[in-house]
Amino acid sequence: MSQLVFIVFQDNDDSRYLAEAVMDDNPHAEMQHQPAMIRIQAEKRLVMNRETMEEKLGRDWDVQEMLINVISIGGNVDEDDDHFILEWK
Amino acid sequence: MSVNALYDYKFEAKDKVENFNGMQLLYVYWPNHLMFCAPFALLVQPDMSFRALVDEIIKPATASHPDSAKADFLKAQWLLNDEPFTPNADASLIDNGIDHKSMLTVTTPGLDGMANVGY
Amino acid sequence: MAVQNKKLNLKDKYQYLTRDMGWEPTYQKKKDIFPDEDFEGIKITDWSQWEDPFRLTMDSYWKYQAEKEKKLYAIFDAFAQNNGHQNISDARYVNALKLFLSGVSPLEHAAFQGYAKTGRQFSGTGARVACQMQAIDELRHSQTQQHAMSHYNKHFNGLHDAAHMHDRVWFLSVPKSFFDDARTAGPFEFLTAISFSFEYVLTNLLFVPFMSGAAYNGDMATVTFGFSAQSDEARHMTLGLEVIKFILEQHEDNVPIVQRWIDKWFWRGFRLLSLVSMMMDYMLPNKVMSWSEAWEVYYEQNGGALFKDLERYGIRPPKYQEVANDAKHHLSHQLWTTFYQYSQATNFHTWIPEKEEMDWMSEKYPDTFDKYYRPRYEHLAKEAAAGRRFYNNTLPQLCQVCQVPTLFTEMGAPTKLSHRQLKYEGERYHFCSEACCEIFEHEPEKYIQAWLPVHQIYQGNCEGADVETVVQKYYHINIGEDNFEYLGSPDHKRWLSIKGLKPADEKKDAA
Repeated sequence: MSQLVFIVFQDNDDSRYLAEAVMDDNPHAEMQHQPAMIRIQAEKRLVMNRETMEEKLGRDWDVQEMLINVISIGGNVDEDDDHFILEWK
Repeated sequence: MSVNALYDYKFEAKDKVENFNGMQLLYVYWPNHLMFCAPFALLVQPDMSFRALVDEIIKPATASHPDSAKADFLKAQWLLNDEPFTPNADASLIDNGIDHKSMLTVTTPGLDGMANVGY
Repeated sequence: MAVQNKKLNLKDKYQYLTRDMGWEPTYQKKKDIFPDEDFEGIKITDWSQWEDPFRLTMDSYWKYQAEKEKKLYAIFDAFAQNNGHQNISDARYVNALKLFLSGVSPLEHAAFQGYAKTGRQFSGTGARVACQMQAIDELRHSQTQQHAMSHYNKHFNGLHDAAHMHDRVWFLSVPKSFFDDARTAGPFEFLTAISFSFEYVLTNLLFVPFMSGAAYNGDMATVTFGFSAQSDEARHMTLGLEVIKFILEQHEDNVPIVQRWIDKWFWRGFRLLSLVSMMMDYMLPNKVMSWSEAWEVYYEQNGGALFKDLERYGIRPPKYQEVANDAKHHLSHQLWTTFYQYSQATNFHTWIPEKEEMDWMSEKYPDTFDKYYRPRYEHLAKEAAAGRRFYNNTLPQLCQVCQVPTLFTEMGAPTKLSHRQLKYEGERYHFCSEACCEIFEHEPEKYIQAWLPVHQIYQGNCEGADVETVVQKYYHINIGEDNFEYLGSPDHKRWLSIKGLKPADEKKDAA
């Protein structure tokens, strides 16, 4: 059986960078646009990297900043200063 | 099974018959007539006759359904609390064994609701 | 130059907050300080294993929450200043907000109270901190929702006394009793009920597709509070999953207790969300996603992944999951026709869906809509056209546990009600389903006290014996304004006036 993890962002300016960064770092992920939101799902695991985000934004970025724009997640969370990881083990 | 509590957990049932001022609750379900979304919850006198229940309460309650006018509820098939039941039309509800919070299910053969889907 | 203090990393900061701020009591017994921690039978051997994967500390919490609020209120202001209510898809949509404000927002407040109380009961610091943050979040949700909808209250009926209605109106006893059930349980059951079963497994169905639908219907204010609340929810959901894993890892004896709670609270939540099913399919004039599609994505798919993950702890999917999955083809239609016939006693309007909407439902529900439900609307439309708009003039039987009228049908037999009954200590009790009946059998002492609105009316506790008096005086629903059919209602007339579709006798457009 497929085990998808997912993350949903509000569709706003910050999230467009977030979504871009997630898609760059997770080639197996799939992005869906729905009214006012962006949903990204992937088999088993999604990683968000601070480094990729900082490159996209051209500024320092704190992983916890994503708390402002995220709507929902599915999967076990592991977060530290450099990553936000969603996974089913 | 029993509730897991911090103390001896014992409370009265909220809907005991004593709380209904001499009346009692009765539920009536007319299968295949889902225009009425759920069984009716009725407040009835325990000593009213079964005939009066049908004429004065069930008939008006069901009147908006096209099958209602054709239904002969006294000759229909009844269940009382899921058991087969033959009502005595002139006896009281209580003497018919219809106690507080009982449920009557009445099936009217040939009248199966609208659109062939029991509406 | 002096070397600056190195900035603490996330893990260190969280460690300081949740470990070093806690201490072992010396002059009071721990059992006296946390008296509710054991009675449910949950065994915790080591609280230090508690991990919050977000590792949120108070300084970051305040910082991010403040930022969320600023963004949110900027949008509320813009919405009000631009008369945003005039730009929604159709005024029928506002009825979803009436249900939301009286049914959901008070639950946010109940959650605030629940987490404040529950957090106090844990001897583990990490759990206390998580509950404290969530309590503040929930209070924020309750407040921001009321702020957002206060704008609609200036222009539409039915939004004027939500908290009062929540405590009294017949169908609002469904959400109210759900939360009361959870709040009167012990702390671990509360977390399993709300953090896990409700937040993690089910609330996506309300806050993601429904809110996306609000955006699609032009309601900027609602989608914004919805998503702002949901941004906290992502944290709550994570907590929900961590709570379950933590309890299960602590002791194998916890597994059967937690399993029973999951079975119970999945079902309680599913019954509560039946209200959301009709909000999605019927109360959003512009459709985004059907209830059945939302159920597939947010329960079958996500729930499937989740319960597969929990298999390693010996947890199986909720016992009555198959019944819930089957019901996705019927739920919204059965609920809407119920509210349609009892609109005389609701603070919102109902209506027959328009032709395009019914065609959409035929497409989304190919196996059920045309066969079972379209004929209902055809009949109701005929009756309404003949001046006999259908209202059910009797009161419905309610389920002793979920308090929804016993309207649901058997799995695989959509014309047969799934009624159950039993006798307990000489009293008869009635249920909407096997699952609700089983919940009662586990804790009959609790559910025999249920405040069932229909029975309360019949006992004479609601200020009157006839529906009209109860509705007006006891519920504070203004007859002829808030209730009945949408077509021809004051809201409908006001909307036509806003849209310039009839003489603008009460036009409120901004200059």
